Amino acid sequence: MGSVGAGALQVLVYGAFVALVGWLSSAPSYTPVDPSLALLRVSFSHAGERVEPCRRYTPEEIAAMAPNMRRPLDCARERVPLRVQVAVDGVVMLDRVLPPSGLAGDGASTVYARLAVAPGRHRVTARLRDTRRAEGFDHEDDLQVELSAGDSRLLEFRAQAGGFRVL
Amino acid sequence: MEEAAATALPRAGAARRALRSLFDRVEAVLDAAFGPHANPLHQLGALGWFCYWIVAVSGIYLYVFFDTGVTEAYASVERITHDQWFAGGVMRSLHRYASDALVVVVLLHLVREWALDRMRGPRWFAWVTGVVLLWLIFAAGISGYWVVWDRLAQYVALATSEWLDALGLFGQPIAHNFVHESTLSGRFFTLMSFIHIAVPLVLLFGMWVHIQRHSRPGVNPPRRLALGALAALLVLSFAKPALSQAPADLARVPGPVGLDWFYLAPLPLQDHYGGLAVWIATGAVTILMVLAPWLPPQRRQPVAEVHLDECNGCARCATDCPYGAIVMQPRSDGRPFAQEAVVSPELCVSCGICVGACPTATPFSRRRALVAGVELPELTMAALRTRCQAAAAALEGDARVLAFGCRHGAALAPLSGDGVAVLELPCAGMLPPPFLDLMIMRGHVDGVFLTGCAEGACRDRLGIRWTRERIDRERDPYLRERVPRERLCLYFGGRHRGAGTARALAAFRARLVAAARSRPATAAAGAAGAEREAVGRG
Repeated sequence: MGSVGAGALQVLVYGAFVALVGWLSSAPSYTPVDPSLALLRVSFSHAGERVEPCRRYTPEEIAAMAPNMRRPLDCARERVPLRVQVAVDGVVMLDRVLPPSGLAGDGASTVYARLAVAPGRHRVTARLRDTRRAEGFDHEDDLQVELSAGDSRLLEFRAQAGGFRVL
Repeated sequence: MEEAAATALPRAGAARRALRSLFDRVEAVLDAAFGPHANPLHQLGALGWFCYWIVAVSGIYLYVFFDTGVTEAYASVERITHDQWFAGGVMRSLHRYASDALVVVVLLHLVREWALDRMRGPRWFAWVTGVVLLWLIFAAGISGYWVVWDRLAQYVALATSEWLDALGLFGQPIAHNFVHESTLSGRFFTLMSFIHIAVPLVLLFGMWVHIQRHSRPGVNPPRRLALGALAALLVLSFAKPALSQAPADLARVPGPVGLDWFYLAPLPLQDHYGGLAVWIATGAVTILMVLAPWLPPQRRQPVAEVHLDECNGCARCATDCPYGAIVMQPRSDGRPFAQEAVVSPELCVSCGICVGACPTATPFSRRRALVAGVELPELTMAALRTRCQAAAAALEGDARVLAFGCRHGAALAPLSGDGVAVLELPCAGMLPPPFLDLMIMRGHVDGVFLTGCAEGACRDRLGIRWTRERIDRERDPYLRERVPRERLCLYFGGRHRGAGTARALAAFRARLVAAARSRPATAAAGAAGAEREAVGRG
């Protein structure tokens, strides 16, 4: 192959390479969520009640402890799993049992979920059980949400703020 | 399970052969364009290093002007891109495109090494560390997309954190940080910037480890190729500058995003199949890749052995070994030499290049049995001399040629025939130049033909280079001046260029015939007589 032919082939190879790099670096485009829908993201972290209720030490037990280790309550570490339920316009879209985190099961339970919802006004009913009870829920909130296509809203639970809220 | 494995392995073998054939054919075309030594497919590892340095230099420049913060990050990247498009903008584009090019060359490098089966034996180390580097490259690239904080970054941040959260290792989902403006902290960008710097530094360290078992590793591509690649990336940077997408808005879902598929391809997969499924798939592929050097297990050739009685501690074997498998240590046998060669069995691939470098591997020696200072048990120098002489003795005609080939080049059997005998070596670099001297100057043959892997693509990295340099009298052990260069022919065409090898051999023999006829008849007869006499002695 002559030098001109070799040079032309080199240009072709470099051209094909950068064309591949240039194209795949930003195309084809990808649509992660159907643009005609809105997203309700359920995301929060909350610690459930302890599995065993704390017991108050007797004065004799406290006296038997080393002075720097004395404490009034004897608490087992493990916490109950949470149960969270989210219904949109009466249709349950999320119903999960959330185990506590940590090897000893003594950490907070967490949830993260994406719920695709049609645009419009919706009644979101969120329920949470965080105690030792076997049935029912300890928290329940009815929230009115106005969603447009492409909206992304956060549904979270904050006990200090009074329960569920949509941001 | 066993049945599935039994069918999968032959399929892998067929796929490997097909890929190797494909590489050989494409490399032949690129040889014609770039020359064998600047062939991009022969320089994939070095090109990976080159891309890394472009990314590092451009990244340092960008970091000078980059601000961390929820709003500051995007604004600073926009300023870099538009206010100084001629510098920062180009640097940003180079940063992105060189990162993408890095993925391309690294993946090609990996596939080619697998196709050429160059990850077995001691090469497992480079292979396995290379697999780890893949993860680091992807981690470095993905973290880079976070810091821009545009719509793409928003998607990448959420999808990557959802993917990480699928592991269930984190107390609170990382994705929680990106669900609302109130959950997003400016400090997170500081952390991401740190990760985007720290991971490439770890990657650099990993790249250094990756080449530790190679002597003379190819970390710099030939200047012509480097300049060509840089120019191509610059042209791309000007023609299609890397731009941000719309600023991130956590109150909106990130609509269609222009994805960098080189780095972000796993994210759509996790959107569709779930994070855990993608972890299982990528984990399984990684484990399979890590195990590839042992699938299927193969028996290793016996490694090189040092014969201290013959070793004079010259260190040529240690210098020439492509894998650093020979080290020089203080003499242990009391002989009056400072050092002795010691083979590390775990590093030796039994290529025999050390034997080719040994000055004691001379077949002229008649004082006792031929034993070189370093030998391959599968083919000793004494056995090679015997085979050479036996093969040559059967040749007739006026263009008797002994063809040496490596076991990884074109098949040798089709070359043998009237006037041509063939001998296979583990690597062309195993042949000590004195053997050429013996075969030609003692009249065993009229010429010697050397063939093997494709030029620039020696399976044992340096075999062809050392062979050429020894024959061209540029490297010890030199071919003696008295051996006429025209009676030697070197043609390194590779496995799939058998026809070209046969043509080169035929042309070489034609030249030998012409040269013999052009010599004065009396001189030729006298020389032939003397040579025949020498054959009897040899």
